[in-house]
Amino acid sequence: MSITKVAAQPNTVGGAPPKRRRITRKIPVLVWIFLAVPAAIEAAWVFWPAVNSFVLSTEKWNGAGAPLSIGFKNYSDLFSDDIFRQALRNNVIWAIGFGLFSVAGGLGLAVALNRTRRGVGLYRSAIYLPMVFSLAVTGLFWRLLYQPDGAVNTTLDGLGLGSWATQWLANPDTAIYAVLVAAVWRQVGYVMVLYLAGLKGCDPTLDDAGAVDGASPWQRFWRITMPQLRGVNMVVFAVTVIDSLRTFDIVWTMTGGGPYHSSELLSTYMFQQAFTSLNLGYASAIAVVIFVIAIGFILTYLVRTSRQED
Amino acid sequence: MTASTTTDRAVPRTPKNPKFAGNGHAGNKGGRPWLFHGLMIPLTLIWVAPMVFVVLVAFRSFDDIAGRGLSALPNTFTFDGFREAFGAGAIGQALRNSVLVTVPAVVLALTLSSMAAFALSRFAIPGRRTILLTMLAGNLLPPQILLIPVAKIMDSVGLYDTRFGLVVIQVAFGMGFYTFVLHGFMRSIPREITEAAVVDGAGALTIYLRIILPLCRPALAALAALSTTWIFNDLIWSLSVLRSQTKMPITAALLNLQGGYVSQWNVVAAGSLLAALPTAVVFFTFQKHFVSGLLVGSDK
Repeated sequence: MSITKVAAQPNTVGGAPPKRRRITRKIPVLVWIFLAVPAAIEAAWVFWPAVNSFVLSTEKWNGAGAPLSIGFKNYSDLFSDDIFRQALRNNVIWAIGFGLFSVAGGLGLAVALNRTRRGVGLYRSAIYLPMVFSLAVTGLFWRLLYQPDGAVNTTLDGLGLGSWATQWLANPDTAIYAVLVAAVWRQVGYVMVLYLAGLKGCDPTLDDAGAVDGASPWQRFWRITMPQLRGVNMVVFAVTVIDSLRTFDIVWTMTGGGPYHSSELLSTYMFQQAFTSLNLGYASAIAVVIFVIAIGFILTYLVRTSRQED
Repeated sequence: MTASTTTDRAVPRTPKNPKFAGNGHAGNKGGRPWLFHGLMIPLTLIWVAPMVFVVLVAFRSFDDIAGRGLSALPNTFTFDGFREAFGAGAIGQALRNSVLVTVPAVVLALTLSSMAAFALSRFAIPGRRTILLTMLAGNLLPPQILLIPVAKIMDSVGLYDTRFGLVVIQVAFGMGFYTFVLHGFMRSIPREITEAAVVDGAGALTIYLRIILPLCRPALAALAALSTTWIFNDLIWSLSVLRSQTKMPITAALLNLQGGYVSQWNVVAAGSLLAALPTAVVFFTFQKHFVSGLLVGSDK
């Protein structure tokens, strides 16, 4: 990982105030163009549309004709919309389940696979292989597994748990959890990679010292290793929450938010309102809600990042 | 990734001190290997089982699946599913579309963001830190807040339902992150190197092309591996800015395949394997870059 190594020498040059005089003071026109073109593209296709969404969320519009300004009616409608509340509830379930299981799994596997032994490389590869599949592909894979005569039910049968078998994706009680399992399956490898990097940064002498002092492996993990992983924990937390608010592809592929909106997330409900029902103003209001929930985590991430930039 | 498109990225701490970089603890290396492997082998098998299952289904014939059920061990081996997916399922066209979007999008995004990163890291642009973090913030926004206005603007400038439109939004949305990572990397290149070039009379363009870009190769490779899979795997942008089935990339085409071949699971399985193959190839070819890409920017 040459990248991290080279970048790991903070402030060799530039950035820091005492060295500021060494930064080229006269800025060539070309350099301004270098910055202006990408900045203009991002402003035009990211920031300007984002601002537009806020305006649109106070309007009623079906895509044709002129939008009608209706103030905050979209938002007040949201509060009495059962499907919206269901989606919000599902999003909470999703964020907690997705975060908890992928972090527990990823961290556990990272700890288990941190040591160099025979076969570790193979295990690691197998576990982060799903990460390279798109969420759409992951969704289709698991749709197959969840078919009534698919691998999941057949396995349950084989284990003598045939009575647990159900139509996982067509059953409103199980649909969201079934999708969650597929999403976690893909995410664990990613979290594991992050924690493996974090564990490499831990000081092994501290752990050895703890062992000498008679601390059990369990105590050493929680009291010695975990505190050293604080930075990774923060990042994993922010990334997981931002990711879980963005989740769309896998739900859309596996259930489309159904049956009866039982696996609806804010993102799928927003998409369906926007591109199926053409309630563009209402959909924008949902998008703004997603933004408002996400912004706290985005800012946390940015503040942390900007501190590291110093 | 989604996430999708994910925010498949992070900034964990990595070793500053090379002596920490070793793997694990010398003291308890290899303790109780039978327990370790006894736990890891079943777990790994469970992990790969879904993939194996899909592969098995993809190579069975439709009659075999219909007659003996999805989970029966295969007694047929045929490429029917793949033939059907390529033929009537139009997976070939969809894969072509994906490549036609992914390649220009990755090249453009990395070119533009390396330009911005060069300007921000090597020159005293006023407010450059704010500019950098604002650009990064744009990439962290939930895409939902952009979908409708982007589709609307695409429509008004004639880019709606064009592959180029999809390239534009992929470039614009990813740029903040790529710029941020490349900026961090370029900042670590000693200023003396470029100062020597300035003394020799080199202009900004020469320095960018001849010195900075070649030195950024590892960062560019990592970002290329990462952004290729992100853009190739995207679904939500394609569904938002494209309408014609003939222009849809592979992810969106899979949804269509699933609708069109409701109970022909061998075709669906074959199609999703074909969609998974390119990113898996990228992954195994650039595994080292890919992993360092995930940890990119993870300097401090």
